[in-house]
Amino acid sequence: MKLIFERSKPGRRAAAIPKPDLPIPEVPEDLRRRKPPRLPELAEPEIVRHFTALADRTFGVDTGFYPLGSCTMKHNPRVNERVVSLPGFRDLHPLQEEEGSQGALELMWRLQEILAEVCGLDAVSLQPAAGSQGELTGLMLMRAYFADRGEADRRRTVITADTAHGTNPASVTMAGFDLQKVETDARGNLDLDDLRAKVNEETAGLMLTNPSTLGLFDEHIEEVAAIFHDAGALLYYDGANLNAVCGISRPGDMGFDIVHINLHKTFSQPHGGGGPGGGPIAVRDILEPFLPVPAVVRADERFRLDYDRPKSIGKVRGFGGPFGVFVRSYAFIRAYGPALREMSEVAVLNANYMLARLRNAYELPFDRHCMHEFVLSARALKREHGITALDVAKRLMDYRFHPPTIYFPLIVPEALMIEPTETEPKETLDAFCDAMLEIARDAAKNSKLLKDAPHHRPVRRLDEVKAAKRAIVRYQFDEHPDLGGDASEGEAVEAQKGA
Amino acid sequence: MSYLSLTDADREAMLEAIGVASVEELFDDIPDAVRFGRELDLEPALPEAELVAHLEELAARNAHTGSELSFLGAGIYDHYVPAIVDAILARGEFLTAYTPYQPEMSQGVLQAIFEYQTVICELTGMDVSNASGYDGTTVAADACYVAKHVTGRSKVVLCEALNPQVRQVVKTYAPGFGLEVVEVPHHDGVTDPDELARAAEGAACVIFQQPNFFGCLEPAPDLAAAANAAEALPVAHVDPMSLGLLEAPGNYGCALAIGEGQSAGNYQSSGGPHYGFIASRSDYIRRMPGRIVGETTDTAGERGYVLTLQTREQHIRREKATSNITTNQTLLALAGLVTLSWLGPQGLREAGETCMALADYAKERIGLPLLFPDRATFKEFAVRVGRPADEAIRAARERGVHPGYALKRDYSGMEDALLVCVTEKRTPADIDRLAEVLAEVAA
Repeated sequence: MKLIFERSKPGRRAAAIPKPDLPIPEVPEDLRRRKPPRLPELAEPEIVRHFTALADRTFGVDTGFYPLGSCTMKHNPRVNERVVSLPGFRDLHPLQEEEGSQGALELMWRLQEILAEVCGLDAVSLQPAAGSQGELTGLMLMRAYFADRGEADRRRTVITADTAHGTNPASVTMAGFDLQKVETDARGNLDLDDLRAKVNEETAGLMLTNPSTLGLFDEHIEEVAAIFHDAGALLYYDGANLNAVCGISRPGDMGFDIVHINLHKTFSQPHGGGGPGGGPIAVRDILEPFLPVPAVVRADERFRLDYDRPKSIGKVRGFGGPFGVFVRSYAFIRAYGPALREMSEVAVLNANYMLARLRNAYELPFDRHCMHEFVLSARALKREHGITALDVAKRLMDYRFHPPTIYFPLIVPEALMIEPTETEPKETLDAFCDAMLEIARDAAKNSKLLKDAPHHRPVRRLDEVKAAKRAIVRYQFDEHPDLGGDASEGEAVEAQKGA
Repeated sequence: MSYLSLTDADREAMLEAIGVASVEELFDDIPDAVRFGRELDLEPALPEAELVAHLEELAARNAHTGSELSFLGAGIYDHYVPAIVDAILARGEFLTAYTPYQPEMSQGVLQAIFEYQTVICELTGMDVSNASGYDGTTVAADACYVAKHVTGRSKVVLCEALNPQVRQVVKTYAPGFGLEVVEVPHHDGVTDPDELARAAEGAACVIFQQPNFFGCLEPAPDLAAAANAAEALPVAHVDPMSLGLLEAPGNYGCALAIGEGQSAGNYQSSGGPHYGFIASRSDYIRRMPGRIVGETTDTAGERGYVLTLQTREQHIRREKATSNITTNQTLLALAGLVTLSWLGPQGLREAGETCMALADYAKERIGLPLLFPDRATFKEFAVRVGRPADEAIRAARERGVHPGYALKRDYSGMEDALLVCVTEKRTPADIDRLAEVLAEVAA
């Protein structure tokens, strides 16, 4: 398919710009643009066709089942899109005076209250732009908390699980802490002996996803919390898997001090092809003074922005955060009310049903009831038939399913991480399981069919090695190199896809 | 609940297949002590019609740019968003997909990101752009992290005329990055290149804004040269809507160009979600944060697109990654691509010219003393209203006009300074009305 630049023709245009009858001032010579940017030149009909063709070559939750583990690809209610487009939200300036933005501030305050209740914690900041920024913000809070106690120089280490999302260790580094990893035990819980050996007076805290990226609830969470709290350290909850436990178990009650919530996962902000997200953080009262400014507070039935927080870490993002995301998530939660618990129950029921149907065809590394997602291994298929998790993923595309997350968590070889979410009907779960079972059978008798998959997508398997080697990351117009005909130099790499 | 699809019969059949008597049994692994023993204390569920009514009631208590004649800018701008943006972003395939981990499922969004990267590179004169950052503040912190690793230095220099929110975010990130932040004051609204050259000694990077927060045009080529002389990376924070008229940072020696993309294609939305952009020279490609899409071929030799250079990223490199970012702002960046395609080079230039013409008209028509009378400006400028600016704003709002931003919120000595923004959506008649109101409320 052509790039939009290849559809472009000099002199074509779409926009008509208002031109008031006024003189146009000169830009000073030394600051003036000499050569115009080569933006596309198309009339509106061709722009619309171009992007419609791109949409046709994209698969979303609206297209079909998207069980990408740890990403919570649930249905995105369209009423949320309607309300976010109300002019009072869409066309509101973030620096509008408080008296001119009472509705927006009330919505933010209400969402803060809801998230505090769901997390079982005391105070919320909505500011972080996504989960990973929530993580970084949480670690900045740890740092500020220990600095305030005069312990910053000593408490240098943050501990993560070997099952952790890559964002956890990356955030630890960006926040200026040293990383230490703890192993997983035979039942898929944190290894308590390993943990006890590593937690000491230099430990600032733990970052943990619970249920973990294995889809398992840590059975020793109370002991884990006690080990850290006894050492004077803090516990951070990576909320990527909160969709499993809303109204069932609250991070604050588990002993966590800081939580981030992925509004684009649990609370249905559409994923947008990669974003936007929302990553609010909820904290215990001892950490509230350090939260980002401004805080949204209520006083005498009025809502205002409070910048007077002398211990605050500062700002992590512009303004009050991604407001449109708050509108959608608030609307989503208000449509459920206390029945949010049912959302989580059905997410867990769906996952366990699929696990029950697939457990004999694929290896199950930890034999327990799962929570909202589960991890299988294609290790036996690889050993016996040379069929990898990647091959299974590519073949699923031919059934018009988005593949699950693969090659993650890292401790499970040939991992297939499946998260159905609560919004799927049983028929879809069955159709996906049927496909997985057929693929397992085909691995034995028709492995070429799997190796050559996908057969019914707009492109065949793409050469990721060549892409990295050539690093063509923008269109280069007349000098654009021709890669065509130069078929596969390398195979797709066994790297995490998803989560 | 209408978002759930299981019938009671489905549930029974599924529980039986699992081999449990109730959903409750599935949660047996959760210790009793951490089970939540009551119902969530949330307000009752709202049926869709009531939900919309409730949100309409909240929205109605906000003064928006359709209900109030607004000249408020200061980083978020009321430029026109073309109708095709709404239509294209409403396509469920774009709206409900996620990061294109599996390229055969996602050629459309991957190609769109590749086109977005190209447009950003064209605007800024750079070689590589990522798929987007969170907003115009966090990309500044990203740029500092790139510069720290490229130069091995730990000082960053920020011009005081750089958007205060951007500076605040850099300062929040700095302790974790091990960075010291130094600020260089402005003189009569712009940065002095000689002063910047001194501050840049031993610095990893220098960040300035063009046009700057006061709307003034900085001597940007001289600022970049000052940074380069000290071997500090020059970083320009730019407004995409200005880049049809103003020179691209890559053409005057900058190492990186960053900015807030909102002005090109996103609604104001009370501050987000929007997209930040970050682009660099090819030298720094392996230090760039976040997703990057590259071109390749499939096994049949056909052209296609994939996420590339992933060994920079957190899911592969973990604690050694160039950033922790995963979810970015793809949908908002897509809005930027659509808008910039709709504008084209000619439209972008004309939109800039209209902004400049109207801003000039506004300066003259308002007739109040300019804060920085000798400076060339783009779409914003500061005037003195002769009384505390917040009071003047309040009085003007009572007359149905939001006249701008009170600079005293961020700068001392600017008690009566009002930053006025004029986009191509305002008309000469709107400006006449602003002048009339300011004449009434200024002292």
